Amino acid sequence: MSSWPVKWEELPIGGVVDKPGNSLEVKTGSWRALKPVIDLDKCIKCLLCWVYCPDNAIIRRDDDYVEVDYEYCKGCGICAHECPTKAIDMVEEGGE
Amino acid sequence: MNTIGKQVRLGLNGDEAVAYAAYHADVDVISAYPITPQTIIVERLSEFVYNGELDAEFIAVESEHSALSAAVGASLAGARTFTATASQGLALMYEILYIASSLRTSIVMALGNRAFSAPINIHCSHDDAYAARDAGWIQFFAENVQEAYDLTLIAFKVSEDKKVLFPSIVNLDGFILTHSVEPLTIFEDKKEIKEFLPDREAVNKIDPSNPITYGPLALPDYYMEIKKQQAEAFNSTPARIKEVFSEYEEFSGRSYSPLKKLYVDDADIVFVVLGSTAGTMRTMVKKWRKNGEKVGVLSLTLYRPFPSREVAEALKDVDTIVVMDRSYSFGSPGGQLYMDVAAALNKYGRYNRLINAIYGLGGRDFTPEMAEDMLHATKDPSIREIWVGVRG
Repeated sequence: MSSWPVKWEELPIGGVVDKPGNSLEVKTGSWRALKPVIDLDKCIKCLLCWVYCPDNAIIRRDDDYVEVDYEYCKGCGICAHECPTKAIDMVEEGGE
Repeated sequence: MNTIGKQVRLGLNGDEAVAYAAYHADVDVISAYPITPQTIIVERLSEFVYNGELDAEFIAVESEHSALSAAVGASLAGARTFTATASQGLALMYEILYIASSLRTSIVMALGNRAFSAPINIHCSHDDAYAARDAGWIQFFAENVQEAYDLTLIAFKVSEDKKVLFPSIVNLDGFILTHSVEPLTIFEDKKEIKEFLPDREAVNKIDPSNPITYGPLALPDYYMEIKKQQAEAFNSTPARIKEVFSEYEEFSGRSYSPLKKLYVDDADIVFVVLGSTAGTMRTMVKKWRKNGEKVGVLSLTLYRPFPSREVAEALKDVDTIVVMDRSYSFGSPGGQLYMDVAAALNKYGRYNRLINAIYGLGGRDFTPEMAEDMLHATKDPSIREIWVGVRG
């Protein structure tokens, strides 16, 4: 976020965001209290976690297994809730 | 005076005059929901569109909340955008009022001033105008039908100006102006005012090839800077508003200024007033002057931004100031205009005797007899608040 203006005089009129796609600069992973950990032995590649993740933080691999993008995952737990084989555990941050 | 636009003289009520102004402004989008007493405005505009006289999008919405929401989108897309409402309709628009201002739209809204419920009443109070006073809209008050027409055209020019970029409200007293036919002078056709009001050049226009996010989240790290920028920009608008008044005078021959004074300079008692009652008070003050009363009238054409310095300057040496409010602010130190005047005087170090006159609520006629009673009441040095013409 270092390229963003600081003073009120420098802000774009109307508080608009005039640089599209900048949400990538906001690493929302730091908000997380619980962290999803995937046990790929239980994963059946149904991709429900990938579909349900509200933050596009489940990465679909070429082999259709999944990974978590921890830079953006907020730890909401929807993936763990939806997983039909209980392959995703929510683990306390820093507690593993 | 040699004016630039060709004009005609005719008789219209206030609503029709405003509709003609929006038509002559060649608006692109009208987004409105009918409500008394502004209904005639949008009825006329829908006729202009239906007849093919006005090439505009008339969006018939399901509520005032939607009316203003659609207007925000239209204005951000670069359209010259108009809406109109009154009373409960303005109340339903409330959350969008702030959004329209904060996103720096250029919407022009006519407000046919009407009392808030309950009890249900369709006649004039200034409740609705006052309710919008903090929302970041420029507000003009028309004193007569001519002013309703002129100020609507002026409002478009002001709101769309790149040094301004704030929406405007043009207030006209419900029924007293909206439904009274008066003679006025209007431009012959929309082409006559193109030079004063050319096609709009929008800032931050919605453009798919250059995407912008409007109204994003801004948390404690940015919200305050955004508000400071908005405050500075809003407070700087009067300079441009005065220039537009001058440009309009050159164009139309009709002169406007943020406030109007009659006999204020040497007066002992000055009445401060908004809207059509200014005319009544001017007539009364002229009569009282003949009887030796040193009285004057100060009325505001520009209500927001409040012309604090000019008001304080005009009133600084006046013994008694009677601020007339056509509304009541429950539990406040006084009516809404009273508080503005008191704060403006205080800001410039003045502590005059102030009296608050509450008058005309819900369309109660303000008669010359009531004005006499009000003047008489000021003679009692202990009086602070007068309810003019109330039974009891």
